[in-house]
Amino acid sequence: MAFDAVLVVSVLGVAAWTVAARDTFAAVVGFIAFGLLLALVWVRLAAPDVALTEAALGSGLTGGLLLAASTRLGRAGMTAASETPGSILRLAAVVVCAFVAAGLVALLLLLPEPAPTLATQAAANIAATGLLNPVTAVLMAFRAIDTLLEVVVLLVALLGMWSLAPDRLWGGLPRGSGLSDPDGLLTFVAQLLVPVGILVGIHIFWIGSVAPGGEFQGATILAAMWILTAVAGLVDAPATSRPWLRLLLVAGPAVFFAIGLAGFAIAGSFLAYPPSYAKLLILTIEIPVTLSIAAMLALLVAGPPEREPQR
Amino acid sequence: MRFALDALTIFAVAAGAFFFLAGTVGLLRFPDALSRVHALTKADNLGLGLIVVGLLFQTEGLLAGLKLVAVWLLALLAGAAVTQLIARIAQAGGPRV
Repeated sequence: MAFDAVLVVSVLGVAAWTVAARDTFAAVVGFIAFGLLLALVWVRLAAPDVALTEAALGSGLTGGLLLAASTRLGRAGMTAASETPGSILRLAAVVVCAFVAAGLVALLLLLPEPAPTLATQAAANIAATGLLNPVTAVLMAFRAIDTLLEVVVLLVALLGMWSLAPDRLWGGLPRGSGLSDPDGLLTFVAQLLVPVGILVGIHIFWIGSVAPGGEFQGATILAAMWILTAVAGLVDAPATSRPWLRLLLVAGPAVFFAIGLAGFAIAGSFLAYPPSYAKLLILTIEIPVTLSIAAMLALLVAGPPEREPQR
Repeated sequence: MRFALDALTIFAVAAGAFFFLAGTVGLLRFPDALSRVHALTKADNLGLGLIVVGLLFQTEGLLAGLKLVAVWLLALLAGAAVTQLIARIAQAGGPRV
């Protein structure tokens, strides 16, 4: 109880500090700390799946993206201060935020008692999916279309970022780390940590069918390992025009969609699986999806092409 | 036996928490980046190590214990590497802006 109280106060305190921070870099650090504390909150709420996702994606990967963005802003000579919004805009933001917060609070307070839930139905039908982790069953079977759309959204986000590059750089290489020190510290860490990290990523993905874990969390760890080797200068980012890279990016959503369409023929509706080999189909989807997500996340962090494609 | 194990856990975790507290105080109070990094590594290495040792007395099975030790070793590696990088940047006169 005391722990929960301290946790709630810390989460709110860090959130307030992050919003109030003047420096972009400090705000990003606050955001990462906020995400890690939030992961602890999810653990306390007995939602380890959400906690893993929050720690890996919400705090780790989004934190990395924001760090990269804040570095870019700093490099371009743009600071948050030069774009300070006027008082009317600020007032409008306060009103909108207050409105949204009030709406959320009202929704929460107006929930019927007991709150409506599909948990019993999900638990009753989990046997048909061949999975043991109800969260993965929801993500990959009961609400598979949401997961499919999430992967597509990620792909569209990557395409959107790529299209920020000028025409002559289209299909080029993202900015390299500029480091290549074979005896350097980062090289050592990358060589030591990356094999372990890849194993952990595969484990987190594989364990998802029976315990907290899954393709998004596993893919984030795989992406992080790729980013680490790239930052250490051990590998260069691939040119975004490479056919194998584009195939890797599309493979996950394409297999997902194809098996979804096949559902019409073999089970009667989109994204339906026949119970006898539901688990096999889910795995067939999950493996390419995990690899695609890992590539998308890593390329999102790598940034838009900044070097001309090699002819 | 049970009582002895629990007592060892409480002792080790309390000692670990003390190092975390000391490290945090150091982080907040020390005057320059290098000393602050020094204080922080004590919390990471000794504090987390002692907490892991304390929890080892409560684990059931070898695998759970090995996982805890692996967490500590990975945190050691990451902590040592990151503090080295921060210290180098601090010594070179702060981050490039």
